Amino acid sequence: MRFFVWRGEPLMEYSCSAYELACNECGRRFGNRPLSGCPECLGPLEIAYDLESARGEFTRKSIESGPASIWRYARLLPVPEGYQPDLPVGFTPLVRASRLGKRIGADNLYVKNDAVCFPTLSFKDRVVAVALANARKFGFDTVGCSSTGNLANSVAAQAARLGIQACILVPADLEPAKILNTLVYGARLIRIDGNYDHVNRLCTLIADEYNWGFVNVNLRPYYAEGSKSVGYEIAEQLGWRLPDNVVVPMAGGSLIRKIRKAFQELVYLGLVDAPVRPVRFFGAQATGCSPITTAVKQGTDDIIPQRPNTIARSLAIGNPADGPAAAQMIRQDGGWAEDVSDVEIVSGMQELAETEGIFTETAGGVTTSVTARLYVHGRIAAHETTVAVITGNGLKTTDALVGRYDHLDARAVRPRLADFAEYLRSLEGDRKPAKHEPEFATAGD
Amino acid sequence: MSIKIVLPTAFTRHTDGKKQFDSTAANLPALLAEIDQAFPALATQIKDENGKLRKFINIYINDEDIRFLGGDSYAFQDGDEVMLIPSIAGGCL
Repeated sequence: MRFFVWRGEPLMEYSCSAYELACNECGRRFGNRPLSGCPECLGPLEIAYDLESARGEFTRKSIESGPASIWRYARLLPVPEGYQPDLPVGFTPLVRASRLGKRIGADNLYVKNDAVCFPTLSFKDRVVAVALANARKFGFDTVGCSSTGNLANSVAAQAARLGIQACILVPADLEPAKILNTLVYGARLIRIDGNYDHVNRLCTLIADEYNWGFVNVNLRPYYAEGSKSVGYEIAEQLGWRLPDNVVVPMAGGSLIRKIRKAFQELVYLGLVDAPVRPVRFFGAQATGCSPITTAVKQGTDDIIPQRPNTIARSLAIGNPADGPAAAQMIRQDGGWAEDVSDVEIVSGMQELAETEGIFTETAGGVTTSVTARLYVHGRIAAHETTVAVITGNGLKTTDALVGRYDHLDARAVRPRLADFAEYLRSLEGDRKPAKHEPEFATAGD
Repeated sequence: MSIKIVLPTAFTRHTDGKKQFDSTAANLPALLAEIDQAFPALATQIKDENGKLRKFINIYINDEDIRFLGGDSYAFQDGDEVMLIPSIAGGCL
């Protein structure tokens, strides 16, 4: 371990035999330090692991005896030696989605439910946990991020837990719930007059000037690796096997890549059998911000930036950093990408809630509606094992549902059985033919 | 006509520590040609072996991505602030 100086401030750099930063373009390696890109060729940085040394240590048995959180996979996450995590982040349920499957023609559909990820109800808790482990090691006393909401919540909460200052920048039009869910942790939140891409660019400039650890700028290579835990969990929860297909919402395009990386590592280490056919990845975006799906449909890796205009604000990144790589891998493995309208996004939220009891945010509505479309269009066969990744909780985006239930009767009924019975009769009288007959009305359960 | 070019710290080792400089380039290709002459080491860093701007470099004109303005064909206006910023991405697998 040694110090290096950044603008006169000492920061820690650490060496680790298990992993280090490597440039994807020129192959140079940089040990472990806060870096957003390759200092030599500007190429993107990735965490490179000594997978051979993990063989024999990262086993099904060692994992299963670990904590019920992402830390059971710590051997293949960039977590500094000696770091003692105390938050049970991740290890969220993988649930069989039979009722949703019945509606959309899927016989073997699962939902990975990060709407209940701890501590802030989105998959961002995973990436932040790994990023802040490194922020501490590097000696940052302030961390920050550019965010479309979920990341802001998670950085604020986990920084509070670790006693680190947090400075968070968000687009000014962010959902009120996401702003409240950041401020409550005592974070400094700055609303920026622009969209996410403006905010992200500003954070890049701030990280250049201030000695702060921005989780998705100079800590990004570490941060992004936290997403691999979604892939590890899917494989373990399926009984140590890989699915045929995964449907993943895309904002910056990082999550989908990291799930694939996790699967590849598991195959390499022999923890799961190599699939006969590569796992196919299906990316999901809102039509109002669909630079990656557009590229995939056009058969290219070139991302043309867009100006976002969608209610799925957590996916509203018009110039996705990992877009080219995401588009490339989707096409390479025989997958596809689809985008859906705002109306379909809301329908997707309702569909998932009504069938599986999972209240997801708008991004989850995107995933659900895109999943349905993939079955309808025959891109996914009914019998194939498919996992739809739900990344956030609906309580954060209730504004998307405003007005959706205004037509329902809001009369207050007197607390008498006769009144209640009369009320039910009146409802029956008013009732119009339902699109989906509610099964619970007759099931007796 | 004069425009201002703003660079991130990562590039300043190729510009004698300068974080900004003025230019009279008419458009992006002309600016890159000027950088070739004035800061050849910087040119090597921001352009690939075919002389094209690396895909990891984003160009902003007064806070707007140049791709929204027409890219190479955008004619710089007097007083424009041109920022070169490396993108932060995971890259290919």
